[in-house]
Order: sequence, then C-alpha cells, then structure tokens
Amino acid sequence: MRDVAIVGAGMTRFGELWDQGLRDMFVEAASGALSDAGADRLDSLYVGCMSGGQFVGQEHLGPLMADHLGMTGVAAVHVESACASGGVALRQAFIEVGSGMSDLVLAAGIEKMNDGADVTNVLATAADQELEVYYGVTFPGLYAMIARAHMQRHGTTEEDLAWVAVKNHRHGAMNEKAQFRREVTPEQVMASSLVSEPLRLLHCSPVTDGAAAVLLCPLDMAREFTDRPVKIVATGLASDSMALADRDDPAFLDAVQKSGQRAFQMADIGPRDVDVAEVHDCFTIAEICCIEALGFVEEGKGGPAARDGITAIGGQIPVNTSGGLKSKGHPVGATGIAQTIEIFRQLRGEAGQRQVENARVGLAQNMGGSGASSVVHIFEGV
Amino acid sequence: MLPTEEVRMAGIAGYGAYIPRKRIRTEEIARQWGKDPGVIERGLLLEEKSVPGFDEDTITISVAAGHGAIDRAGVDPQKIGALYIGSESHPYAVKPSGTVVAEALGIGPEVHIADFEFACKAGTEAMFVALGLVEAGRVQYAMAIGADTSQGAPGDALEFSASAGGAAYVFGVDHVVAEVVETYSYTSDTPDFWRREGEFYPRHGGRFTGEPAYFKHVLTASRAIMEKTGLTAGDFAYAVFHMPNGKFPLTAGKQLGFREEQLETGWVVPTMGNTYSGSSPTGLAAILDIAEPDDLILITSFGSGAGSDSFVLKATRRLPEVQGLAPTVRSMLEGSRQYVTYGEYAKFRGKIIAND
Repeated sequence: MRDVAIVGAGMTRFGELWDQGLRDMFVEAASGALSDAGADRLDSLYVGCMSGGQFVGQEHLGPLMADHLGMTGVAAVHVESACASGGVALRQAFIEVGSGMSDLVLAAGIEKMNDGADVTNVLATAADQELEVYYGVTFPGLYAMIARAHMQRHGTTEEDLAWVAVKNHRHGAMNEKAQFRREVTPEQVMASSLVSEPLRLLHCSPVTDGAAAVLLCPLDMAREFTDRPVKIVATGLASDSMALADRDDPAFLDAVQKSGQRAFQMADIGPRDVDVAEVHDCFTIAEICCIEALGFVEEGKGGPAARDGITAIGGQIPVNTSGGLKSKGHPVGATGIAQTIEIFRQLRGEAGQRQVENARVGLAQNMGGSGASSVVHIFEGV
Repeated sequence: MLPTEEVRMAGIAGYGAYIPRKRIRTEEIARQWGKDPGVIERGLLLEEKSVPGFDEDTITISVAAGHGAIDRAGVDPQKIGALYIGSESHPYAVKPSGTVVAEALGIGPEVHIADFEFACKAGTEAMFVALGLVEAGRVQYAMAIGADTSQGAPGDALEFSASAGGAAYVFGVDHVVAEVVETYSYTSDTPDFWRREGEFYPRHGGRFTGEPAYFKHVLTASRAIMEKTGLTAGDFAYAVFHMPNGKFPLTAGKQLGFREEQLETGWVVPTMGNTYSGSSPTGLAAILDIAEPDDLILITSFGSGAGSDSFVLKATRRLPEVQGLAPTVRSMLEGSRQYVTYGEYAKFRGKIIAND
C-alpha cells in the first residue's frame, strides 16, 4: 500500500437547507474540497449517501454528482452503509489510492433529509425489517434499549447521558458549520420532551441536510496541493448482527470495538496515542458506548466521562470537538466525511476556538444502524 | 398617463368579528393523544381554541361578522356593490358562500360576489380586491370577509390551533374609520401546506412551513411595506401578523423590531386559535376595538402556497364613535364560553363516523 493523504476539504453548513437540493449541496462541498487543494482534475469519486432513493427519490448518485461537478466521465459510484455511508466512502477512496489504482480520488458524503420524506421510517430501513421494524421499533427505540441495558449493567444515569449533550453543544457552539450553535444545560436536557424513555429530545441528533467532501492523493504527491497534508494511517471496518436482540450484550457495540482494533493494529498504535476523536453520537448513549468500545475508557466507565470532563476539549481524550452529531447535525450519509474534516482541521491546527493543543493523531468512528456496521479511520498530521 | 383626479383616500368604513362560544382547552386535546400539555402550551403558546357548534359554519360566521361591519359603517347594505368571502372552509365546493351571506345581510341583488381561496390569506385577499374596487370608483362600498371553520387532522399538531371565527370589513371613501395608507403583496410558489380536492384535512410540510414559508413571506412583505411608506416599527401603535400558533407572530414581530406592547392587542391566538382566513383580520378587528385616532396599524397576513398581504392603516376620528356599535373581539373571547370535551369536539367537527 502507498501512503495516502487528505489534501483538501469542503463542506456545506449543516442544518435545514431548504433552498439546496442533493446535487447543490454536493457541488458546494466537492468544489470546496477541490479548490481547497487547488486541484482541477479527478480520477474517481465516491459518494456516501444512505438513502437518496427514499429521502428525495434519487438514486444513481455517482454519475449524477460527477455530471453536476463538471467531471462527467470520471469513475463515480455511490456507497451505502446506512449512517456509516460517508466513512465507508472514505475507506473505498483510501483503498483505491493506496492500491495505486488512482491518484486523485474524492470521498464525499451527502444527505437531504428535509424534503418531505417520513424520516423516521426511512431511517428505520437501517434496522432489521423482519426482526425489528415490523414490530414497530424505531431508532430512538433501539438506542433507548441500549441505554436501558447500559444503565442496568453499569449504573449509568440519565444525568450521565445529559452531560454528553451538554459537552457536545458546548463544542458545537464554537463551530460555524453546526446546526445548533448554542449551549444547553443539564437541566434543559433533562426537562426536554421524552422521545423514547429514557431518551429525551436533547439526547437525539437532529434531522439535517448537508454535504462534505475530502480529496485524497498519494502522500508523495501531496505537496503539489498543500503544505499541510493529513495522512490517513489506518482504516478498520466491521459488522455485527443487524438485530439488537441477537447480540450477547446490547450495551456493548461489538462492531465498534472490532473496527477500532483493526484500525489500531494497522496504525500500530493504541487508544492512548489518540489526541482527538470524533465518534458517532447519534444519541447520547451511543457516544458512551463508542468511547468504551474504542478503548478510550474502560468498559462500563463511559457514563461519567463527559460529566468528569475527560472527553471535553482540554480533557484526557477530547471527543466530538465539532459538536458531534448532536450539535453539529447528522445528515446521515455526510456524517463520516464531516467527522473526517473535523480531524483534518484539528491536525492542521485550523480548528480555531475548539483547537486541541498539539493534536497529532486523530480518530474518526462512524457507524450504521444500531451498530451493525462501524468504520474507523486514524489520521496523522504530517 | 390619464389626467389625475382627486386622490380618493379609501379605507375601512366598518368592521365586525365573530367567534363561536364553544371552546376546547389545549390540555383536553393533548390528553387525548398522550401528549404533555405543558410542552404544547409553552411550545405553541396556545391555551384554548374556539370550536364551531353544529349550526355554525363559514356562512353563519360571515353573516354574524358582516352585521357588525354594517352596523359600524352605518351604511345602507344596498349600497354595497361587491362582497368577497375568503375561506378554506366554504361549505360548498360548488355554489358560493357569498350569495347566502348577501341575502342574509340585505345586500344585492345588484352586487358582484365571489368566494376567494388562498389558504390562510384568503381574507386579506378579499380585502385587497374590495379596497381596489372602491379606490377605482367602480363601487361605492365593498365588503370583504375572512372566515373559517378550520380543519386539522386528529392527532396532527394543527388540531391544537385550527379553530373557528372571522371578521368582516366594509370599505368605502366616506364613513372611514381607518384609512388604507398603503398595501403590498408578496407571493411565491412555495408548497408548505395544502388540501387537495375531496380531502378532508390539510397536509403540511412540517418544519418547512416555518422559515421558508411563513417567515420568508411575512418578513419580506412587512419590511417592503415599511420601506414603501418610509415607516419604521416604532411609528406604529399596533401590528398584527397571521397567527398559525402563538409563537410565530411574536417571533416575526420581534424580528421586525416591534415591542410586545405593539403586538399583544392583535395577538388573539392563545385563546382563539388559528381561524385560518379569519386569523389576521380578527386580530385587526381586536386592534380597531381600542385604537385611537391617528394610530398607525400594520397588518400582514400569510397564506400557504404562499403569499403575504400587508396593509398600513391609519385610524380616523370616526373610529371611537363606532367601537361600541357591535361586539368587540375581546368581549367574545373573554365573555361567556362553553367548554367541550374532546368527544363533543369530535362530534361537532364531524370526526365521528356514524351511519347516516
């Protein structure tokens, strides 16, 4: 494998982008990444998107996006792994450049969720239709069961969950791309409407439109495009049973652990070597489970991590400095790339107010469904 | 250009409103659907809403409001040359509401009549056209009504707001109680809320009905009419905006620079609900009930689909003389009320499937 670097990044603001469609958002993010790198050509592009088909009735996104980017002719393909679609698109691009097959590859993620679709039902297609959805479960319901299991097994409290939202909103308030640029208090979180007990409204990531894109090339070509490339040192992808009920321990996300272990092994480092991480906090409980599965904290000790400041900027392992899915927003297919961009900015020292000091190694973890797929990337400043 | 004649300063000669007596509390609806009433009351700023009785519909509401308008105008109904009713709930799909209302009010048969539809701005639409005919000198007086028995599907957020009521306005160049200083309309193809032919309840685009629909049109129209007249928020005694819930009009008003004191008089939605085409016209009637000569008033409606009509009005010395000639909006809102249960409400609104 050749060494691979990210040399440019672009993304839209995240939020309710009523006047932008799927293609408009893609073009804004992709052209942003290309101009960031000063690149005027592409060998290939990957578009991560969970469900253009069900959200806006549009499939066949590879050629559509290449066309509207003014790159008709390049190899272009749509990648899907539910909410991990963006992270998996990055992995495909990484493998393609690493293998020597292509030099300049764009990895993008997009999702248009605010266009009249029944969002809850579209998202539920990422769960097991026959074993779960037919019986009426929704994603807030599945993660509520994970939260219940975690509470029962490890004594995690509603207040622990609330602090994850408080911490991520505190970070997100400093991110100009975030959907909700405001802080919340633990009291506000704990008084918000119940969605699926014990999860309340402010434990849930929002419905978001957005797109993000990064440009990859071989590390030895990177200086042609930027003085500060960020190296992708490892990727790890893993799967778990689709249905939550089929797992030995619903409070532990096995695919997250496996994808993390694979990436750490490839990078030849451990969780303690990571300076900054973006993890998939689609619900507050998810962040708690992810930091445990990745080994940032011991199993069962994720609950108090946000309240104790361990995962805040300035803490032992700053997690979701972008605001996470909770505050920055969660346009499902775009999330994996947006996480990558946050790490890219952090490792280049460009994160402004939310900069983690001396950040050299970063990690991004993106998952699909209730954790049936998880993809981890490890990055290093050059 | 034609030689200019003397400018005819047309305006509102008389106004009237009607709100049914029956009410249902937000709490009662929330309880029915297992929702937290506190969250709805705080989120939408709605306490209760009016409910039409079995014998009330857009026509009866229009007649009741129309009586008040004629009484306050003090004009012979025979001199009203046009009658327009804006509503989302005309009792008939084919056959005008206006003919029944005209007959009941003693208007016509020498009268031009049309029923208007433009979601929640059909009422100000009627006002706009009535005003134009009077300004043109085509008719001596014209009456415009906005009235609705609003629909909201069971369990939909609309059910907390959709209510019944309306207001009627007689326009003329004499007997004027409020001059129309300026008008402005802003319209775009924005499908935020609709009801197709034959459908019982409207559908809507959820949060899409907010920023790109309501706020875009209401704020643009209001800013444009202020620019056109050279007025700023501070120049107005009162302002009223379409009231789909309690929150939207206050947010819009504050963004335009209005203070709560300027907004609260016309803000009738917390206890009336959203009377769709009758919403901002009824809010305006509540303002005219207490306004004083020379007060400037801004009204901006909003109709889904979407558009806004803005009017800048200036109260005349005649206004205080007519305020007591018909029931005021607050007297109907705060007067004798009959609270209904959700079951009774479902019966009155025809939500129960029965044989026959």
